[in-house]
Amino acid sequence: MKRHLLIGVFENEESLVAATRATREAGYPIHDVFAPYAVHGLDQAMGLRPSRLPWICLSFAIAGLLLAAGTEFWMGSIDWPLNVGGKPLNSLPAYLPVMFELMVLIGGVGTALTLFVVSRLYPGKKEWLPDPRVTNGRFVLALDAAGVAFDADRAEQLLHRFEVAEVRTLQEG
Amino acid sequence: MKQYSTLRKPILGTPKSFEDVTIDIATQLERRPAKLWWAALACAVCALGVGATAVAYQLKMGIGTWGLNNSVGWAFDITNFVFWVGIGHAGTFISAILFLLRQPWRTSINRSAEAMTLIAVACAGIFPLIHMGRPWLFFWATPYPNSRGPLWVNFRSPLVWDCIAIGTYFTISLVFWYLGLIPDLATLRDRATSKTRRFVYGILSFGWNGSMRVWHRYDAVYLLLAALATPLVLSVHTIVSMDFATSIIPGWHSTVFPPYFVAGAIFSGFAMVLTLLIVARKIMSFQDYITIDHIDKMCRVMLAAGSLVGISYAIEVFVAWYSVNPYERFAFLNRALGPYAWAYWTMITCNVFVPQLLWFRNLRRNVILVFVVSILINVGMWMERFVIIVTSLHRDFMPSSWSMYKPTIIEIAILLGAFGLFFTAFLLFARFLPFIAISEVKGVLGYARRPQERSSHKVPVHAISEAPAP
Repeated sequence: MKRHLLIGVFENEESLVAATRATREAGYPIHDVFAPYAVHGLDQAMGLRPSRLPWICLSFAIAGLLLAAGTEFWMGSIDWPLNVGGKPLNSLPAYLPVMFELMVLIGGVGTALTLFVVSRLYPGKKEWLPDPRVTNGRFVLALDAAGVAFDADRAEQLLHRFEVAEVRTLQEG
Repeated sequence: MKQYSTLRKPILGTPKSFEDVTIDIATQLERRPAKLWWAALACAVCALGVGATAVAYQLKMGIGTWGLNNSVGWAFDITNFVFWVGIGHAGTFISAILFLLRQPWRTSINRSAEAMTLIAVACAGIFPLIHMGRPWLFFWATPYPNSRGPLWVNFRSPLVWDCIAIGTYFTISLVFWYLGLIPDLATLRDRATSKTRRFVYGILSFGWNGSMRVWHRYDAVYLLLAALATPLVLSVHTIVSMDFATSIIPGWHSTVFPPYFVAGAIFSGFAMVLTLLIVARKIMSFQDYITIDHIDKMCRVMLAAGSLVGISYAIEVFVAWYSVNPYERFAFLNRALGPYAWAYWTMITCNVFVPQLLWFRNLRRNVILVFVVSILINVGMWMERFVIIVTSLHRDFMPSSWSMYKPTIIEIAILLGAFGLFFTAFLLFARFLPFIAISEVKGVLGYARRPQERSSHKVPVHAISEAPAP
């Protein structure tokens, strides 16, 4: 689906954050903001909720821990109980290193893969850029201009209050 | 928002705009390689070739081509393994631990240090593999359903822990490194002029477009990975040290080993990062990015880690005396006064005496001196592993099994080959991927700079929202 966007191009982070906060507070729907680096404070200005990825990470990490514990106990104590130097079969202390490593491995890789899935990033994806300089040195605030109540002139006026370098309309797609 | 403070120093040497940063870092990859680069690559590939030939010969003939014997069953190979794994600790220390400690100066060095980590861990992996005797059966070290019972691996063995720890470390470091690369690859894609570059960087950059909604999640994932990788860094060398500490060999059987090895790993890793970066910053003209302040700070980390290593040496000797265990006492006296005393004193000189120079600010800021110190520390840390492994083994429990170890030409060639692999891979990295994290450096450009010094020419007017309703 193509979206009508009104975009404002900014040259510095302070104006961008101020403009984002002002447009959101004025009730304009923010489609997205594009920046060459992770601008701190911009997520609050956009009103983004804290990411739920830490919960995903915790789930993967616990799964890894349990997987390792289950594997070790089942293989070492049940399926083939191997007596090594008379040590107990259910040697939890000796099983901890592998449990820890698998917790980190599955937690880390699972979280990274979840990021790619939820953000729809994959090798060879064709990028859509609102402005070719957005991965270099410009910031873009993209407002959703499709709504019937959207007043493009007033939105533009508002952006101009924050040293916007250029304002134009654009279609996503 | 970044506030200006006179107490802080800006990260970069001179004020730069976002575009300057992109150009400075990207043009290194876009211009034709210099003659010096070709010469360095040729040397590295030759060394790699020598090593590969030696490994091929050793695989054909067996590990009888090495100087090992019944008493000294581990020597050059495991020394090299621990040496390379140790070097591999700096990258993730810089990218994960310094990230959690909010050290913004890490942004100039994390990318290259992480690349170095991956390459060093790959070099390390070769040694246990070729030591196996039948390396083509290496997968027997992993628990998979098999027709031998199924006979599972012994999860109580530190060697199995090690296999899994190194594998995890490599994988997580790779994910961390690649995640950091994606925005930079997108930057390279968007300024590519040739079709090939556009295509390759286009595939590798996963369609990144700098969307803040993605950045928001990306930041969360970066923090989570840093939090997971921090204990991982500490666990890996801990587990490597357990390969030794869980045995009963005097000189190995010691509870000080885990912290001692971790400190040694960070020490040697920073030494190698400094060795590489002091050369790279000069050749690639990155003096504004990797400044004298960066070198100073890395020297401080090295000094702290080196002091811990020195204290560990002292504790080992003290405990050997205090334990009243004659075998333990002998092991340490033999290290300092026995036939391998030269190796022990090389280690003490390079790892304990030489780093004391770093207490002095003037010396920390003297690039040539730091370069020499970093090389000496590399030598000293290699010797440390040699001393720990060989001197503990060569005087076996029965004097009738006492023996000496001397590396053969094949073993030396394999070590040379590992350095060849390391430098070949690092030179290729410096040529094809951004050496400095472009997007992360852009994020700290404003750090401790007055607003008018920042890339943006105008000071923003923080207009109060008095916007008309839509």
